[in-house]
Parts: sequence; structure tokens; C-alpha cells
Amino acid sequence: MINRIASFVGVRGVIALPMIWLLVFFLLPFIFVFVLSFSTIRNGMPPYEPVVNFKDSFLQLNIHLSSWERFFENPIYIGTFLSSAKTAFIATFLTLLIGFPMAYVIARAPEARRHLLLMLVILPFWTSFLLRVYAIKTILYNQGPVNQFLMKIGILEVNSPIQFLNTDFAVYLGIVYTYLPFMILPLYANLVKLEESVLEASSDLGAKPFWTFWQVVIPLSYPGIIAGCMLVFIPAVGEFVIPDLLGATDTKMIGKTIYVEYFNNRDYPMASVLSVVVLIVFVAPFLMMRKWQDKLAEVNDA
Amino acid sequence: MLRAIGFLGFIFLYIPLILLMAYSFNAGDRASLWVGFSTKWYFVLFENKELLKAAGISMRVAFFSATIATFLGVIAAFVLTRNKRFRGKVLIDGMVTSPLVMPEIITGFSMLILFISMQKFIGWPANRGMTTIILAHSTFCMAYVTVIIRSRLVDMDSSLEEAAQDLGAHPIFVFFQVTLPVISPAIVAGWLLAFTLSLDDAVIVQFTSGAGSTTLPAKIYSQVRQGVTPEYNALATLIIVIVGIAIITAMQIMNRTQRMHHV
Repeated sequence: MINRIASFVGVRGVIALPMIWLLVFFLLPFIFVFVLSFSTIRNGMPPYEPVVNFKDSFLQLNIHLSSWERFFENPIYIGTFLSSAKTAFIATFLTLLIGFPMAYVIARAPEARRHLLLMLVILPFWTSFLLRVYAIKTILYNQGPVNQFLMKIGILEVNSPIQFLNTDFAVYLGIVYTYLPFMILPLYANLVKLEESVLEASSDLGAKPFWTFWQVVIPLSYPGIIAGCMLVFIPAVGEFVIPDLLGATDTKMIGKTIYVEYFNNRDYPMASVLSVVVLIVFVAPFLMMRKWQDKLAEVNDA
Repeated sequence: MLRAIGFLGFIFLYIPLILLMAYSFNAGDRASLWVGFSTKWYFVLFENKELLKAAGISMRVAFFSATIATFLGVIAAFVLTRNKRFRGKVLIDGMVTSPLVMPEIITGFSMLILFISMQKFIGWPANRGMTTIILAHSTFCMAYVTVIIRSRLVDMDSSLEEAAQDLGAHPIFVFFQVTLPVISPAIVAGWLLAFTLSLDDAVIVQFTSGAGSTTLPAKIYSQVRQGVTPEYNALATLIIVIVGIAIITAMQIMNRTQRMHHV
């Protein structure tokens, strides 16, 4: 009997372990960041005033709204949010333009070859994110292979390379290159379910291939397009490595601004404000939409 | 037309990586101007003690993070798939999956704040180093492991477990003797994925590492910021080849067992 109780408690404890872990190392940090956004900077370590204080056995709250005021008053912060959204939006659209044909080719390939093609998409994706950004940097140098190639085939004059690196173009290219698999996989999952007979019906009724594609294939793949675009847009908007390594020094991306506030300015409260806003504006809607989609799927299954 | 773009897309995926590897054999000392063929950078690389030390730290961090993440991920996935409804399921579900979409910079920053606060209130961890990196990596890798194992558990025929239970087996016995063997390929794949993710992180580590605990990606990152050298291309080539082989192996294991279960 005692053994049984002990094993029961033990099992409970083990089951609770990941939950406790997540509460401590995932939820708690965000609560601290939220609280910290109501602090203010000071000289010392840590470089911020404590918000919650125990003094003479009383709990004291020191709430400062100065960081939030600065966030709303200084147009640079809001501007950075808008420009991050713009960059992520353009890059997502470009990723869709390249990813859709690739997903289509894979979905229409003979079944035996599909597996290989999917593997070719996933392989660089799991290899290394950092090294893929590095690879883009390597090819974009002024004396790098892209410029050399353009000079050789005569598009560019000799010794007049285009400045690719540290431009918006390099940031777009970096995002498209690293996030392409995120776009292709949900599109593929959607397109592979598309029945050949639907396309045949369309062409039998006299539609040209392009018209069939535009009026039949694209509308039928909306769920995949939306899923793929969300999976690229959300991480791209908070991206730090790509604008830092490929963009200009004054590239306005929110991830980079958070890093600058933390590292250069040692303004932890401001970094907290920006983190909270990113979570509310970009991450929370995404999670809610996913919940909503799951619910919808459950209803459809029932 | 569509086919042509699709085909070019595949070339686009591989050209930069191939060029990156090709330049590691460049005889010149600039990473982007081709001079001639040489393997000298690989020898230079192996004499770089600092990089070797960082690689050692990264390997240890990745090993422990992947192991903790897999242990926690298996339990989390099992609890979430085998219990229809329980209190706090929505919260746990959200916490398990949201690290997947969280910008790394925010994960890193919030971890830093957590460690500063923990040090202040309970005095542990005393300073930032390998321990704090492992804690942070385990947490974000756990989300990926859970997703992989969860999808395997959903696919798995639960009548096997029910049969064992009906025959009077204790739930713990069922888990170890029935469930675990079936999902073991997913566990291996999850562990390998967690290992490579930890080995690739250059952002979270900026917030959670301390003096003397610089990891390999952090070293690569600070170098790439300044410019690229063939020595680092050689390093990148080695990493791509090693990790690539590990990934292909993991995928083969996953596919073989999947096919086995379909028969």
C-alpha cells in the first residue's frame, strides 16, 4: 500500500516536472520582463531600479511609467515597429513568390521523387541558420561571387561592383533564403491534397493552364498560403541576426533595437517595453489564430 | 514557367552553401576573392586553440541541453496527448508551443532578467556560464522535441496501450514496455534536432553566457560581424558536413520506422 502511494506521488511528480520547468523558465521570465518595463535605469548592477522591494517587512512597489512614456513619445520606436513590419511583409511576399512554385513542383512530382525533393528543402533548413546567413554574406561582397559573375557576363562593367551588402536588399535576400522552408512545407501539405481531376475538369471546360492556376489552384491553396506567410512573417519581424549581419548600420528592425537598448545603452526597462509590445502586437495574435484554427479543425472533424 | 522557377528555387537553396564551402579551399586570405586552391585553412583552423575550446563548450552544452529537453519533452508530449482534458491544459499547451514562434532576442533577454532576479532572491545561479546557457537551451529545445514526439504519439495506435492496460498492466509498465519502444525513433530524432539547435544558437547565448563560457556560434557570430575569413569558411564547412550527416541519419531512422509501421 505504502509502495503504491509512493509510486503514485512519484509519477505525479515526474509528470509535473515539465510543467514546473516551463512555469519557471518560460512564463516567469516574461512576467519579470513585464514588471521590469515599469522600472527606470540607474547606475549599478543590475542597471535598473527594483520595482518590487521588501523594506521593513513591507512590500513596496516602485512603478515608473517613464519608459512607456518615452516609447509613445519618441517617434523612433513606433517607426521601428512600422519599418520592421514593412520589411517582414515584403520579404514574406518574396518568399511566397519563390516558395509557391517550389511547393507546386514537389507536390506534382511522382510520388517516389517527392520524398527526395522534400528532403532537399529540409536539409539546409536544419543544418545551421547562422551559417546560412554567413553564406549569403560570403556571396554578396563587392569582390564576391555574385558581383564577379555579373562583371564576367557583362551586366556590370569591370571594377564597378554593386554594393549589395549592408542594404535592404541583403536583408530581404537573407530572410527569403533562411525562411523558404517555412513557406514551402505548409504550401506543399496543402497542394499535395489537390486532386488531379479538379485541374482536368478546369482544362476540359476550356480554361488555359494559366487561368486554371489563377482561378482554381491559388484559391484552393489559401489555407497553405496563410499558414506559410504567418510562419515566415512572425519570426522575420523579430529577426535580429539577419539585419545585424546583412543590413545597414541604421537598419530599423525591432529585434536589433532591443539588442541595442540592452547591449549599447544598457537600458533594460526600454528593452522590456519593446519586448512586451512585440509579444502583444505580433506573437499573441498568432497564437490566438492558431488556437482558433485548432478549434475549427475540431469542429470539422466532429 | 512554374517548373522553371521551382527548379531555380532548388538551385537558389544550395548555391550559397556550396560557394561558402568552396571558398574554404581558397589560397588567398580573403573569403570572397578567389586566388587558388589550397587546404591550408583547415590546418590553420586546427591550431586555433580558442576555437577548439569554444567547440568543446558548445558540444557539452548541446549534449546536456538536448538530454534535458528530450526528457522533459517526452513527458510533456505524453501528458498532452494521452489526457483528453485537465485543468491548465490550455496554459501548458500554449507554453509548450510558444517558444517556437518567440523571437530569440526576447527569449534571451527574458532569460537574462530571470537569472539576474534568481541570483538576487535565491542566490542561484551565482553567475552566468554553462549552467545558465544549458537552462535556456533546454527550455527552447524542449518545444521542438515536444512537437516531434507529440505528432508520433498522435499517429500511434493507442489500442496497443489500451490492450496492455486491459490485460492488467500498470500504467507505468505500459509506458515503458509499450509506448516508449514505439516512439523511440522519434525520441532519437528529437534529441538530434535539439542538439543541432543548441549548437546553432548565437543569440540566446549573448544574454546567458558569462566570461569564459563563449560557445562556438557566439565566436563565429562576432567574427562574421567583422567580416569573413577562409578559416571560418573551413569551420563552417566542417559543421555543415557533420550536422548534415547527422540530420540525414535521423531522417532515415524516422522514415524506416514509419514505413515499418505502415506495413
